[in-house]
Amino acid sequence: MTVLSLSKALNEGMRKAMEDDPKVLIMGEDVGKLGGVFRVTDGLQKDFGEDRVIDTPLAESGIIGTAIGLALRGYRPVCEIQFDGFVFPAADQIITQLAKMPMRSLGAIKLPVVVRIPCGGGIGAVEHHSESPEAYFTHTAGLRVVACANPADAYSMIQQAIQSDDPVIFFEPKRRYWEKGEVDTTSTDWWTPLDRARVVRPGTDATLLCYGPMVKTCLEAAKAAEEDGRDLEVVDLRSLNPLDTPVVLDSARRTGRVVVVHEAPVNNGFGAELAARITEQCFYHLESPVLRVGGFSTPYPPSKLEEHYLPDLDRVLDAVDRAFGY
Amino acid sequence: MTVDASRGAEAPPELVQLLTPEGERVQHPDYDIDLTPEEVRSLYRDLVLVRRVDLEAVALQRQGELGIWASLLGQEAAQIGSGRALTDADMAFPTYREHGVAWCRDVDPLKLLGLFRGVNHGGWDPKEHNFHLYTIVIGSQTLHAVGYAMGIQRDDATAATIAYFGDGATSQGDVNESFIWASVFNAPIVFFCQNNQWAISEPLEKQTRIPLYRRASGFGFPGVRVDGNDVFACLAVTRAALKNAREGQGPTMIEAFTYRMGAHTSADDPTRYRVASELEAWKLKDPIERVKSYMFKNELADQAFIDEIEAEAEQLGADLRARCLAMPDPEPLAMFEHVYSEPHALIDEERAQYAAYLEGFER
Ligand SMILES: Cc1ncc(C[n+]2csc(CCOP(=O)(O)OP(=O)(O)O)c2C)c(N)n1
Ligand SMILES: [Mg+2]
Repeated sequence: MTVLSLSKALNEGMRKAMEDDPKVLIMGEDVGKLGGVFRVTDGLQKDFGEDRVIDTPLAESGIIGTAIGLALRGYRPVCEIQFDGFVFPAADQIITQLAKMPMRSLGAIKLPVVVRIPCGGGIGAVEHHSESPEAYFTHTAGLRVVACANPADAYSMIQQAIQSDDPVIFFEPKRRYWEKGEVDTTSTDWWTPLDRARVVRPGTDATLLCYGPMVKTCLEAAKAAEEDGRDLEVVDLRSLNPLDTPVVLDSARRTGRVVVVHEAPVNNGFGAELAARITEQCFYHLESPVLRVGGFSTPYPPSKLEEHYLPDLDRVLDAVDRAFGY
Repeated sequence: MTVDASRGAEAPPELVQLLTPEGERVQHPDYDIDLTPEEVRSLYRDLVLVRRVDLEAVALQRQGELGIWASLLGQEAAQIGSGRALTDADMAFPTYREHGVAWCRDVDPLKLLGLFRGVNHGGWDPKEHNFHLYTIVIGSQTLHAVGYAMGIQRDDATAATIAYFGDGATSQGDVNESFIWASVFNAPIVFFCQNNQWAISEPLEKQTRIPLYRRASGFGFPGVRVDGNDVFACLAVTRAALKNAREGQGPTMIEAFTYRMGAHTSADDPTRYRVASELEAWKLKDPIERVKSYMFKNELADQAFIDEIEAEAEQLGADLRARCLAMPDPEPLAMFEHVYSEPHALIDEERAQYAAYLEGFER
């Protein structure tokens, strides 16, 4: 067991993937010499060279478009989008090309491209640096969409994403980059398949569904709820597309109360999909409607207000209270 | 695969310069400028004051009063020279680093701090100053600037727009599209690229293999490279380009050859990717020192004037600091404002819900 920060765990995961497969490339803005603005690719260019760790021109559409070309040629590019808000110049390449090309080729083409996106708020940044754009991508068929929440998952999931023959949108909770956790880098026995959710805290009274940066928040909320005598289950979804429906539905059936928590706006957010699915399939098990906690239907506010915008322990517990009020 | 690090980064003979780093006035066949002593002193004052604003902001950031700051250190001449070339009717579209241009457009520096303090996303009215909001997404504003210029054209107005962007931005699709639009529509616009040699950690050769100003010819309009640390040359070249634009002669690209003397932003550590000697070399080309030498050599100013500006700068810095610290935090419910211009049911509902939620804590 080694103790790694989430950022370092990603770094080690990519390093391992690059050692294992010479076709794995890293590309993005400032990923080389600087090691990325969050240092996630620190040292990789030094060890693998400029041909494999590529500081690209400043153009996100170019990054994804050329990654597609490299993938067509047999490479496995891992692209870094510097911040969530800057994935949009690449949206066309991701949505119209990356997501659809394999299907158009009747499977002849595989595009093992990973798009790493530091996501979410909570770091006091200026605008466009705190977005949660996952729903745009879960709404696009052809993309796997995952989010890691802790160092061990970061380490294993990035390698699984790179190994996947499908394009993977890989969300990294930027405010958790510096959080540390134990990672076993000597074996893969403990790895959870990339498309599986995980119950990170079993409970009986209500379920908190979350992913990425909100997993920690939900675990804290569950701890606080314990003092009120409520036993909350916390499910880290890990994969948003595909969704690990059995784990989600099983939890909902057992507890009968579900609160979905994400930083992205509630309105038309990923939580809406969860609520709909749970309602459709567990209607008679539910004690209350599925409730959602998330961002508001406003642009991400200036950082002095982000504590109001972002779900925190209190807002999660408030929703839990409401769930018990039915 | 090695890349010649000097390619594209050397200042070629075409560089327009009117004032050498030593403060000597030099002639250029295509550009000249006739400045009164008063005008020279005024430019000097601008340069010193915006540097002071910048230094104060850097300090405020270090003390935790700003979340982040993008310093303009080293780029004062490019910004003041181009900014002072604008008429009131001209419209400027900045990036996030154009504090010197903001100064020329009479935007209170406090308003710039608001954005970096996280109080707002840009607290000034672009229409009041003909200075658009800062744009953080690299390159986007160049298209807005062209569209605005197309509007000017259709209004038959005597004005031009100026779009600011960096060397890194020249790689963006939006910027290249803006060149095409401007060219095809003969839009009254000046593309003002501050080539400060770096895009965060990426040196110029990661973006281009030819000098940036030469890109313009491929799009069908003139490009010119100016000494970006020479405020006279920046003023002269931008003035001429804006005049051409206003007179219907279409776009010009200006590449202001300069240097980012500080970190990319306060969150950056340039020692990880560039050598200190580079900075030392550029220090010799400082945009402020050369104007001072010129003024002294030509007896346009004496030490008393310098001291007076210094005192004014101190005052400006202290005042800015005090006003920054006094800046009120926004009210939580402010985030629901201005999302739409007309009433919006969902926003109203969420605002009411959140207000009730907050009240729950007060009870
Ligand atoms: C679309 C987009 N991608 C990435 C970024 C992150 N970013 C901010 S500044 C910057 C470098 C910009 O370099 P340049 O255009 O030379 O301007 P400078 O900062 O040097 O003034 C990058 C990559 C961004 N703001 N927008
Ligand atoms: Mg630059």
